[in-house]
Amino acid sequence: MDKNLEETLNIHSFESLGTVDGPGLRFIVFLQGCNLKCKFCHNRDTWEIKNSGTPYSISDIIKKINRFSTYIRASNGGVTVSGGEPLIQAENLTILFKKLHDMQIHTALDTSGSFVITDKIKELLKYTDLVLLDIKHIDEKKAINLTGVSNKNELNFAKYLSDNNIPVWIRQVLIPGYTDDEEDLKKLKQFISTLSNVERVEILPYHDYGKFKWEELGIKYELDDVKPPSQEQIDKAKEILGI
Amino acid sequence: MDMDVGRIIGDYRRIALYGVDALIEDKKNVYANTVSSDLTEDLIREREEISDQIAALNELKVMATKYGFDISRPAKNSIEAVQWTYFGYLGAIKEQNGAAMSLGRTSTFLDIYFERDLKNGNITEKEVQEIMDHFVMKLRLVRFLRTPEYDELFSGDPVWVTESIGGMGIDGRTLVTKNSFRMLHTLTTLGPAPEPNLTVLWSTRLPQGFKDYCAEMSIKTSSIQYENDDLMREYWGDDYGIACCVSAMRIGKQMQFFGARCNLAKTLLYAINGGRDEITGKQVSPKFAPITSEYLDYDEVMEKFDNMMEWIARVYINALNIIHYMHDKYCYEALEMALHDREKDILRTMACGIAGLSVVADSLSAIKYAKVKVIRDETGLAKDFEVEGDFPKYGNDDDRVDSIAVDVQKRFMNKLRKQKTYRNSKPTMSILTITSNVVYGKNTGNTPDGREAGAPFGPGANPIHGRDVNGALAVLNTIAKLPYKHSEDGISYTFAITPATLGKSEKERVNNLTSMLDGYFAQLSHHINVNVFDRSLLLDAMDHPEKYPQLTIRVSGYAVNFVKLTREQQLDVINRTIHEKF
Repeated sequence: MDKNLEETLNIHSFESLGTVDGPGLRFIVFLQGCNLKCKFCHNRDTWEIKNSGTPYSISDIIKKINRFSTYIRASNGGVTVSGGEPLIQAENLTILFKKLHDMQIHTALDTSGSFVITDKIKELLKYTDLVLLDIKHIDEKKAINLTGVSNKNELNFAKYLSDNNIPVWIRQVLIPGYTDDEEDLKKLKQFISTLSNVERVEILPYHDYGKFKWEELGIKYELDDVKPPSQEQIDKAKEILGI
Repeated sequence: MDMDVGRIIGDYRRIALYGVDALIEDKKNVYANTVSSDLTEDLIREREEISDQIAALNELKVMATKYGFDISRPAKNSIEAVQWTYFGYLGAIKEQNGAAMSLGRTSTFLDIYFERDLKNGNITEKEVQEIMDHFVMKLRLVRFLRTPEYDELFSGDPVWVTESIGGMGIDGRTLVTKNSFRMLHTLTTLGPAPEPNLTVLWSTRLPQGFKDYCAEMSIKTSSIQYENDDLMREYWGDDYGIACCVSAMRIGKQMQFFGARCNLAKTLLYAINGGRDEITGKQVSPKFAPITSEYLDYDEVMEKFDNMMEWIARVYINALNIIHYMHDKYCYEALEMALHDREKDILRTMACGIAGLSVVADSLSAIKYAKVKVIRDETGLAKDFEVEGDFPKYGNDDDRVDSIAVDVQKRFMNKLRKQKTYRNSKPTMSILTITSNVVYGKNTGNTPDGREAGAPFGPGANPIHGRDVNGALAVLNTIAKLPYKHSEDGISYTFAITPATLGKSEKERVNNLTSMLDGYFAQLSHHINVNVFDRSLLLDAMDHPEKYPQLTIRVSGYAVNFVKLTREQQLDVINRTIHEKF
């Protein structure tokens, strides 16, 4: 057996029926560990990089995925790797995606793109069929407030994907009072129009389903007072983005 | 145990095809041929039954005459074909006040008549749909004709007028016709309803257009169940129908003695307690040696469980033998059996069932992979269990525990196979509870998997509510491991999902659902109930989660189960995920 396949990925959990994170039916791998600190995060339990998660060998993950290949193939679906932030484990993730490509299975990467583009990341993107790119905020200052880091890297990342013709779905979480400013959304639209590889633009309405995870960890949830957007707010944002 | 008695499908099509006089003639010939043989007890009974069948056919003619029709001759056109077929069904339900009196596989049969009339210009497509609508209206009315006693037992609602639709012929042609679509289209023309129980016989080779239409109607109405035609065709040929929910039988060639089910979770507790009931403390079985150790040992439990299954299988079949002997004697289904082949060609099955398979699998898994401490009362009765450590749980596509479920299924089936059955019927088994999983759970004490006394079992072959953590397809993979050859009476799985969770656009939802069904049935699984929730169902699910196991909700990138959310959040999910365009 390929020795590489004994390498491991640190896993948060698996979901066998993914239908909204990429085309068709998708097996979703949630990786453990994140480099951002998004206030609205609904997977707070995936942040810790060390002493958290469960290591699985690539070959064991492949075995799991194989159990779902009939569904994946019937639906023109694939595998989506989410998190956490998958790019933290880019090197070993490349082994998984490479293997999936050998098996002719579509690969999607659900990321914030908040990274300097290293050779390791470039290598991973060679085997990535679709990037679900979560633009945290188009405005740098607001991005820092919301996620703890600047948005420079993720905007560069978007540009890199465009330059290299890697299909992307742009996603914007719509948080009232944080990301729903009309001017910001216009700026976002303007930015998206500079990209040549965008297959879809999605508004993901903010929700607080992940709040209890913060509470379970004994951490204060800062967006306590924020209500999910109304249908009108969602429609308005969609209109501005032209979707 | 809940008890209805026969799952029998009269071949009602024969009335349209041959007319009643020809059927009577045939029965008379069979009767005449019995005279030359030795008059054994079996033959005496057969002769009496044939006489009853002939009488029932004559009564059926009288019934139809009252409505102004002469069904002694075959149907001449499509409207008569529907009318004649319906009369057969009507006569049967008038004679027998049974539950689970299914219709068979009539849609494609009727299509032949409709096609001829359409071709000859005798009828229009609009009229054909109207006739089908009226047919279905009559089938929906049946439940209002039941007696008060019936309503008390079954809460008035279900009568399981099951119609089997689609499938493939053994010659490779599809059995989907225009009339298969028309039957499903009644969900649109008349609105959704639980009756008739529309059952699509799914093959991966069904025409894509039909698959898509089924998925579309499932998403809109939640009124379709699916069973694996590619699997059942191998067993039953291409003219079988589904009786009640999941029981396949060759139409007009086969019947079953229905046997409710055996509570295997309670059987496991009896094994631990040497046959004393865990709730009352009474000795129910003959005295077996109870387990006395502080921690449960897997091998010891399995040995005792095996012995207890041996005992209960015998008691179970004995009870069924009495019931069906008496039923044949005092309430023989003369008309339904008149619409069957000759006695020598009939296959009778003794259709047993099990409840609590997932409880047993998880309990045994806990005993094997974690530590289970027994808590006993002063009389030594095991009343509760403490599980120390984690263990693999049924419903996550994990072979360590799924193989235990398969082992238990096979063991119990083999116990049933050893019993002497009434009329030499062939023992079969279902993993199906409909809604009785709640009642079985209510009457079963604490179990070694940590399930609390009174908590509902998973319905049918479903995992216990909330224990599946790897998503719906992992559950499907677990269910698909249960071999049909050890549960020929059916393996039922109930699945619920919100529309938005199936995909973002309608096209995506249809594609995803058909792919799910293809992927599931390609693994030789047997049955699935697909519930795509509307708002009222979801609200009910919040109050009664046990009724809606494996409710699947997904939001982009979100890693958790619906059941973990607060009530407020669940409401929010409902408001967000339900698309009420229909």
